[in-house]
Amino acid sequence: MRYNERELLSLARQPAEKAAEILMRVPKKGSVLKKRLVKLVVNFLFYFRTDEAEPIGALLLERCRITKEEENVFSISFTEEPERKYCFECDSEEQCQEWIEALKRASYEFMRRSLIFYRNEILKMTGKDPLEQYGISEEARFQLGTHQP
Amino acid sequence: MKLNERSVAHYATCDSPADHAGFLRKRVERHHHHAHHHHTTSYQRRWFVLKGNLLFYFEDRESREPVGLVVLEGCTVELCEAAEEFAFAIRFDDAGARAYVLVADGQAAMEAWVKALSRASFDYMRLVVRELEKQLEETCKSLAACRNSPRRSSSSGRKRHLSNPALLPLQEKPAILENGYSTWGSGGGIPGGAACPDRDGGHIKPPPLPPRRRSAAGGAMGSPAPSLSSATPESPVSPETACFSKLHSWYGQEIAVLRREWQERQKRGHP
Repeated sequence: MRYNERELLSLARQPAEKAAEILMRVPKKGSVLKKRLVKLVVNFLFYFRTDEAEPIGALLLERCRITKEEENVFSISFTEEPERKYCFECDSEEQCQEWIEALKRASYEFMRRSLIFYRNEILKMTGKDPLEQYGISEEARFQLGTHQP
Repeated sequence: MKLNERSVAHYATCDSPADHAGFLRKRVERHHHHAHHHHTTSYQRRWFVLKGNLLFYFEDRESREPVGLVVLEGCTVELCEAAEEFAFAIRFDDAGARAYVLVADGQAAMEAWVKALSRASFDYMRLVVRELEKQLEETCKSLAACRNSPRRSSSSGRKRHLSNPALLPLQEKPAILENGYSTWGSGGGIPGGAACPDRDGGHIKPPPLPPRRRSAAGGAMGSPAPSLSSATPESPVSPETACFSKLHSWYGQEIAVLRREWQERQKRGHP
C-alpha cells in the first residue's frame, strides 16, 4: 500500500499532544524493551530513537485497543491482530495512566463518537440541532449511526 | 519509516463509517526522465474512500485492500486548472511535495469531494467537538440542571467559523481548563463516565472528553497572542489557507514562549 510518507514525516515534526521517553517493545520475535521518544500527534503515535530526528515508525491509532498490563506498563494492539502487542513501560503508574487516557481518546473515531453524543444530547435538551447554525449538519461524518457511502 | 500497514489497510476496509466515497480519476505522476517523450497526462480510475483524515484508494470498488493512502493532515484542497474539467488537487505545504490531482465525474461530485476533504482534518473535528462540548455545558447551565461552578463562556463570534475551517479564530483564547480537561464531566447534571456511547443512544454515559490542546491561558498569563507576533511575522492562518502544520507551529511557539517565561520566573525565585 502506497502512502505519502513525506507528509507523515512532516506530521512527526509537529508539536505533540504528548511526548515522552518511554521503553518500548515491538511485537516481533525476540524483540526487547528499548528506550524510545514516543510522540502523539493527532491520531498517530510516532516513535524515535532518542537521538534521531526522523521516526523509526508510526502507528495509526484507529481501531486499536489500549490495555493496562502489569505495573507501569500498557500495550497497544489492533483489533484484527489482538495478540500482536506494542508494549510500553513507563517511569511511573501515573505516567502510564496518563498515556492510556490520552491514547484512548486519540482516534478520529473516538472524536466522532463524542461529537455524535454531544449533538444528540443538545438536540434532546433544546430540540435544536447544534450543527445547523454552522451549516454542517448534513456532513456524513457527523451523522448518528452507521451509513453507507 | 515503518507504519502499521496491515492495521491501516484493515481500517480502510472495516465497517467504520466512511465520510465520503466514490470513483475519481487520479492523475498518474511520472518522473521527469520518462522513457517516452510525449507529454500526455494519464489518469487512472480508482475507488476512493475517505475515513477521517485518511483518503484511501482501491483499484476498484470490490478490492479487499487499498492500493494507496493519502494522509490528509495539513493539506489544502483546491480546484485546479488542469486540462480536465472537474479537477481538484490535494496539496501540502512542503516545498517539492507532489500534489494529488483528482478528477470527478461532474460538478456536484467535485464540489462534494472538495467539501468533504477540506473538513477532513483531525484538528477540525476536534474544534467542532470542543464547540459542542461548550454548548452542551451552556445548555446545562441555562436549564439549571448543572451543579457546576461558573466558567468563562466562549465568545459567540466563533460560531460562523465552523462552516469554514479556514477561518479558525486562533487569536482567541480558550477558557482555562483544569489539567487540560473540562471539569463538567465530573459533576453536575451530566453523569461522568468512561464508557463510550452505544449506537442507539439510550441510557448512555458521555464519552471521555477528547484531549485538550495545551494552549496559552491568556487571562492567567497576561500575554495575549499578539505578543507572539514578533516571533511569527505572518498570521498562522489566513483565509486562503487552513494549513494544519502552521496551526501546529503556532501552538508550539506559544508553548515555547510560555515555557521560557516560566523558566525565567523560576530562576528569579518566583513561586
